[in-house]
Amino acid sequence: MIKIVDLYKSFGDQQVLRGVNLEIPKGQITFIMGRSGTGKSVLLKHIIGLLEPDSGQILIDGQDITSMSERELARIRKRFGMLFQEGALFDSMTVGENVAFPLREHTRLSEKEIWARVEAKLAQVGLLKDIDKMPSELSGGMKKRAALARALALEPEVVLFDEPTTGLDPIMQMSIAKLIKETKESHHLTCVVISHDIPVAFAIADKIAFLHEGIILEEGTPEEIRLSQKPFVREFLRALKCPVLEGGES
Amino acid sequence: MINPIAALGRGSILLVGEMGGMALMLLKTLFFTFRPPFRFRLFFKQMEFIGVKSTLVVLLTGLFSGMVLALQGYYGFRKFGGESLLGATVALSLVRELGPVLTGLMVTARAGSAIAAELGTMRVTEQIDALTVMAVNPIHYLVVPRFWAGVLMVPLLTVLADVIGIAGGYFVGVILLHIDQGIFVAKMRELVELSDILNGLYKAFVFGGLLTLIGCYKGYHARGGAEGVGRATTEAVVISSISILAGDYILTSLLFR
Repeated sequence: MIKIVDLYKSFGDQQVLRGVNLEIPKGQITFIMGRSGTGKSVLLKHIIGLLEPDSGQILIDGQDITSMSERELARIRKRFGMLFQEGALFDSMTVGENVAFPLREHTRLSEKEIWARVEAKLAQVGLLKDIDKMPSELSGGMKKRAALARALALEPEVVLFDEPTTGLDPIMQMSIAKLIKETKESHHLTCVVISHDIPVAFAIADKIAFLHEGIILEEGTPEEIRLSQKPFVREFLRALKCPVLEGGES
Repeated sequence: MINPIAALGRGSILLVGEMGGMALMLLKTLFFTFRPPFRFRLFFKQMEFIGVKSTLVVLLTGLFSGMVLALQGYYGFRKFGGESLLGATVALSLVRELGPVLTGLMVTARAGSAIAAELGTMRVTEQIDALTVMAVNPIHYLVVPRFWAGVLMVPLLTVLADVIGIAGGYFVGVILLHIDQGIFVAKMRELVELSDILNGLYKAFVFGGLLTLIGCYKGYHARGGAEGVGRATTEAVVISSISILAGDYILTSLLFR
């Protein structure tokens, strides 16, 4: 459904993407992993047309979005939801108004129908009681859940997640991961997740792709990744088995 | 040491780039103005923020400007017995120059800075990207209502500043310095023409557009966290103020021939 072909992007003389090729299968959770600062977020922003590539294509159902006008892009974007790293909730609106925002902009629902949907979405992420709070009153994990409710408001087909578990405690990480998996199953979503969180990826991913030095170095199911012979992937996976986890701390 | 010619060239390229960027933003703003949806609620909210909430500061600025003009004018005119011209001088200075310029500067300080800070914060916290992702054009949603609120409210505030400034001048001239009330008003009516008032208001229209556009542009293109937002805000105020003063000269030379 989403296909990235030979994507190149530079900022000044820094080449971030050097020919990325990746297929994102429909109805599955695809993790794009890699070290911090390798351009994972840059890649994600290309998928939704926030950044324009220097060359290459991004095909969504066979249509190249890199050559689209703003108007055509807007039509495609309505089929997408995106969860930003810090949530990117509008801080001048309450949580409920944030979730209502895309509905007000793009649907002709009545106020009553909008609020019914807002309540349903917030209940789904467990934030119904916080509907009247301002974003500044929420914790990091709550912000991400509220942002997820907003991303899901228009019933998108694809949801992009930018580091959904970064900066959260391990329990909240797993609860967000579970939420992603449940949402995918209940809404038949295609999910693209940018992360460097190995346990979360192995817990919920259908496919994992490693971005390293501007290209997709390795891709496959979690099992295939576990058995990968690529030195970088092995190093990345090994780094997790630090002494604390093995009980080897003296 | 930096080569001064290279520095000059770099500065010029930067300046031209910025002006081009602002011109493009203005074009997009005008384009989106006529495209639905028309978000009147946001427009009214910005009119309240830029206009209504600037009332007090503009009233005080106008009042004291009018008073000090009358006082200074009086000391000058007394030397050659021209006190009768005081009312006209105060009124002309206010409606032609000080009303629009001081209002523009005060609104820049109050609202232009706030616009840059708000949009800058939205930019660095990815709220502007979030708008784009939700298929809402950020220029349409954020810049259009602010721009038109500025264009509409700065002239209205200027009228307030003019009126209260003339009242302040009257108070100082007639009540404190005992200039004849009839002469004060008569000379004012004789020498101030409608075109003086209108030209002052044309300036105010331009200043309102300038200060909101520059505030929006600087905030919209803010980069680099809290520091970037701070920089954007400072630059917005400095560039708006200079543009208002430079624009005032240009407009004066065009309008008052």
